[in-house]
Amino acid sequence: MNIGQTDFYTQAILSLAALVGLTSFLMLGQSRLLRLIFVFALQGFLLTLTTSLAAYSLNNPHLYISAALTLLLKVIFIPWMLRREVLQMNIHRDVQTLKNKTMVMLGGASLMVFSYYVLHPIVQTTTPAMLNALAVSLSVVLLGMLLMISHRQAVAHVVGFMSIENGLFFAAIVATKGMPMVVELGIAFDVLVAAVLFGIFFLHIRSSIDSLDVDLLNRLNEVDK
Amino acid sequence: MNWLIAILQGALFIILAPLLAGWLKYCKCRLQNRKAPSLLQPYRDLLKLSNKQPVVSEQASWLFITAPYLIFSATALAATVVPLVVVDLPTSASADVIVMVGFFAFARFFLTLAGLDIGTAFGGMGSSREMTISSLAEPAMLMAIFTLTMTASTTNLSGAIAHVLDEGLVLRPSFVFALFALILVAIAETGRIPIDNPATHLELTMIHEAMILEYSGRYLALIEWASQLKLMLYGVLIANIFFPWGIAETFALKDLGYGLLAILGKLALLAIFLAVAETLVAKMRLFRVQEYLSFAYLLGLLGMLSHIILEASR
Repeated sequence: MNIGQTDFYTQAILSLAALVGLTSFLMLGQSRLLRLIFVFALQGFLLTLTTSLAAYSLNNPHLYISAALTLLLKVIFIPWMLRREVLQMNIHRDVQTLKNKTMVMLGGASLMVFSYYVLHPIVQTTTPAMLNALAVSLSVVLLGMLLMISHRQAVAHVVGFMSIENGLFFAAIVATKGMPMVVELGIAFDVLVAAVLFGIFFLHIRSSIDSLDVDLLNRLNEVDK
Repeated sequence: MNWLIAILQGALFIILAPLLAGWLKYCKCRLQNRKAPSLLQPYRDLLKLSNKQPVVSEQASWLFITAPYLIFSATALAATVVPLVVVDLPTSASADVIVMVGFFAFARFFLTLAGLDIGTAFGGMGSSREMTISSLAEPAMLMAIFTLTMTASTTNLSGAIAHVLDEGLVLRPSFVFALFALILVAIAETGRIPIDNPATHLELTMIHEAMILEYSGRYLALIEWASQLKLMLYGVLIANIFFPWGIAETFALKDLGYGLLAILGKLALLAIFLAVAETLVAKMRLFRVQEYLSFAYLLGLLGMLSHIILEASR
């Protein structure tokens, strides 16, 4: 497939896929929580763009609703809530450095290659553009997991979890040309509930170990040493 | 005819470089609420420096005297490789983009040697920092450029730009990454603000200025001119590779004039962006530079990957 010969929709979807992948990498390298949340909101915005583009070009009006839901939840509500919690707990000035940032970043790059390699057999059954977008969304999922593994702050874990969901959502939009409305509403509601639950978890973690650094959880023992 | 235009274009590069530096300074001053010097101030500075008697330390060897000439001519040669107003140049057919990077490396090698030559503490410090940064910046730059050359399947810059022009507006994810990588590398290599502060001689964190601290008179003028030329080169590279529209494709006089106007407009716009960025961003700690450059490398790598993954024909 030569990109010059595809239609404008495919080109735009591929460019957006690349940008979504880029935001995942940006999140992976971020050491400040507020900026991490901002990049997360940016990724949500790219998803909104993708969804509305798909709605426009596939002439599928119910996708507009899901774009609006994405905008409302992932660009405005969840980042706002996370930001408010970070500010309330006064951890926005903490700089949390990754121990080996270059290794993590290169690991992320190899995850991207890996996800492409895994999806390569699908090329027989689908169009190459779809395969590429799928590979990017799988790598967004894997990068979200890497974000959760490599960062220590609980807020970063939540952002990683949400970006995994972003990756799945992107795959769903690109591959299925829009899921049924019921499924999408269900997912949106799940994300909302998850965000609220995480807020409660933050409070509990903080009240039990007085920090949101989950590495400190290792110190909790049944027996006093 | 072709060679004449190639030489004229090289001369144009050399003549316009101080003007770009002046315009950049003007934008920066206006953004920071200061009174700006005239746009022609860099020319006046160069003239003043070249009329002054150079003072050379008695410890200096022949290398210290010859280095400015070598640096300037290597940078000027690199400038002839890059299409400024017209594509299809004989000079860029004979030397491709890797040769251009080689010219930069050559100039830098002599600059660092000259910094070491006198034996002052600052010179050696600046040289070692310059080498550290360039050893990280060069792979990132090559990665970004390889993305372009793989798309155009040629390392000839004229050919690559003509290829981008021929295809028309195609949204390429790989070019987005390569553009960002190249901007980051250009900022690092030309010693602009997050990496190095070009406006000061009095910081312990200086890099470029530390190397040329011992130069004066016409030698300093040549080195300053070469670094202005390098800034312009990177600007033209970014403007013409990623936004080539407007560049002349024939040698007709009308096309050439149009191409000149286009590149001047693009460079002026790029300088405004750079000035805004330099006003907003604070200088980075030296030990964070490697993070910055490894991010640039990662972007280049992603550009290459997304070229192979998302675009390449198979």
